[in-house]
Amino acid sequence: MTTTAPGTRKSRTPRRVRRGGVMGSAGLYAATSVAAVLFLVPFYLIVRNALSTDADITGAEWQFFPTDIQWGNVTEPFSDSTVDFARSLWNSAVVGVLHTLGTLLVASLAGYGLARIPYRHADKVFYAVLGTLMVPTAVTFVPSFVLVSSLGWVDTYRGLIIPGLFSGFTCFLFRQYFLGFPKELEEAARVDGLGYWGAYWRVVVPNSLNFFAAIATITFISGWNAFLWPLVIGQDPSAWTIQVALSSYMTNQTVNFHLMFMATAISILPLVFVFLFLQRWLVQGIAQTGIKG
Amino acid sequence: MPTLTDSGVTSPAPSEAPKARARRPLRGNPTANFWLFTGPFMIGLAIFVYLPIGWSLWLSFFDARFTVTPSEFIGFDNYRYMLTDDGFTGSLVTFTVFAAFIVPTTWALALGLALMVNRLRFMRAFFRSVFFLPTAVSYVAASLIWKMSIFSGVRFGLMNTVLGWFGVDGIAWLAGPEPPWYWLVIVTVRLWLQAGFFMILFLAALQNIPQELYEAAAIDGAKPGWQTFRYITLPQLRATSTAVVLLLLVQAYQAFDEFYNLLSRTTWGRPPLVELYETALGENQDYGAGSAGAMILTLLICVVTLLQGRFMGFGRGEEAK
Repeated sequence: MTTTAPGTRKSRTPRRVRRGGVMGSAGLYAATSVAAVLFLVPFYLIVRNALSTDADITGAEWQFFPTDIQWGNVTEPFSDSTVDFARSLWNSAVVGVLHTLGTLLVASLAGYGLARIPYRHADKVFYAVLGTLMVPTAVTFVPSFVLVSSLGWVDTYRGLIIPGLFSGFTCFLFRQYFLGFPKELEEAARVDGLGYWGAYWRVVVPNSLNFFAAIATITFISGWNAFLWPLVIGQDPSAWTIQVALSSYMTNQTVNFHLMFMATAISILPLVFVFLFLQRWLVQGIAQTGIKG
Repeated sequence: MPTLTDSGVTSPAPSEAPKARARRPLRGNPTANFWLFTGPFMIGLAIFVYLPIGWSLWLSFFDARFTVTPSEFIGFDNYRYMLTDDGFTGSLVTFTVFAAFIVPTTWALALGLALMVNRLRFMRAFFRSVFFLPTAVSYVAASLIWKMSIFSGVRFGLMNTVLGWFGVDGIAWLAGPEPPWYWLVIVTVRLWLQAGFFMILFLAALQNIPQELYEAAAIDGAKPGWQTFRYITLPQLRATSTAVVLLLLVQAYQAFDEFYNLLSRTTWGRPPLVELYETALGENQDYGAGSAGAMILTLLICVVTLLQGRFMGFGRGEEAK
């Protein structure tokens, strides 16, 4: 009982000691359900408002459900003249995908190099990476803007994507992961006569897809939801991402409730899908890595 | 009892042992390959992280308005200006208040949800997903829901509607700094967005608590409920709790999105990053003062992250895994 290795317990959730009984269990489910309903209220409001007329939303009596579901609202953000919604969706998709692919590529390569390639000064290089973890990127947006604007990258995809690619934290996570990568697999690559580069792409990456998926999911979500940097870089509406566009609805002269909630719903939809289908990786990724964040 | 706990948790993983054994590396020159792998990242880091910080440090000693090429050296005037500026010092106060609200509430709610979900015997995955789902929503989208629907100051806002059912007059939640209703809006939006994420961390930690501890406690006569929670669960969660609190603190420090969107263009209730945004990218475009502010904030946060590194093992290399 004293010296089981901690790792062996992690695999399976231990059965709880039974306590409470039927009443306690009912109370637990009641409390959890109430909390769940409260957590779902904002989603309910998005859907209700997005599919209602403004008259329903602003009426004297609270309408729990739209009196007449307005499916026509779905296309409205796309034909609205004040905000180029379609363009901002496209910008976010481009930025989100390229941001994710780019971050994964440079950070995983560097993480592998730092973890597995014997080089005399590797520790010093690693300290240079660790040093950036001391300074969160959000605090340095003024210096970064100064640099990017003098490069002439304001209002461009380059400006939106490239400065965000070099995440010391992601590199750190990859390094930690590769430190634990089984040495036997690399051994096999060596027997096959592969160099570092070949071993990385033919053996290491194909055997690490779960970890890549977890990091990719987290990176994509944070890229899609990012606001401060796109706000700083997107001076012209044509370079707005979806978050900047959503923000502009709130300060518009005329308030159009169903339109802004439909836009919000559309902006959240891709991520809800990501969540529903990739949640396993996401939860794994957070449980493995989030604690070190 | 405590010794049992310690030995169970801190015993080193057996996989550390074979490190000493010499092994032949892969084919190719290690040094060249090292730079092939890390080069792109390190160059990017130098250009997009280190260079801006250096440039900004340089700028912070110059008068640089509407331009990023410094004109006149003014020494520490930018720093003096920022540190005596009511807006900037006020933003540090705002952060402190915000942290005092958001850190304990998120910690408690995330832990509470994790404890509830962990005890469920069926539909556990469903409830976990429900609490986790808000993590998918952006701060901007959530701010829009909070500002335009839940805490809308008008009669048909959700909160005011609910108050109306009880015969209470509606409240203008975001209209002004007094009474400070806006804190309720700001704190609840972040609470909703973050609680599920930290619940996942607590759930993972809860499932790593050795079941034997509870059994031993039961034999020793500990009552299930508060006693086991206080003397077993909570101490076992200490590492996770510390990490969560520090993470929450650093994230609160960087709060921008919800303040910007909920309190757009107000002179009150500005956290540090909003203040910096207004200084450097607002009407004055004072990059010198903005850079000085960024340097001050960076210094302050370095203290916190160094502390965080202490607790979470950054830089301790292999053993941090």
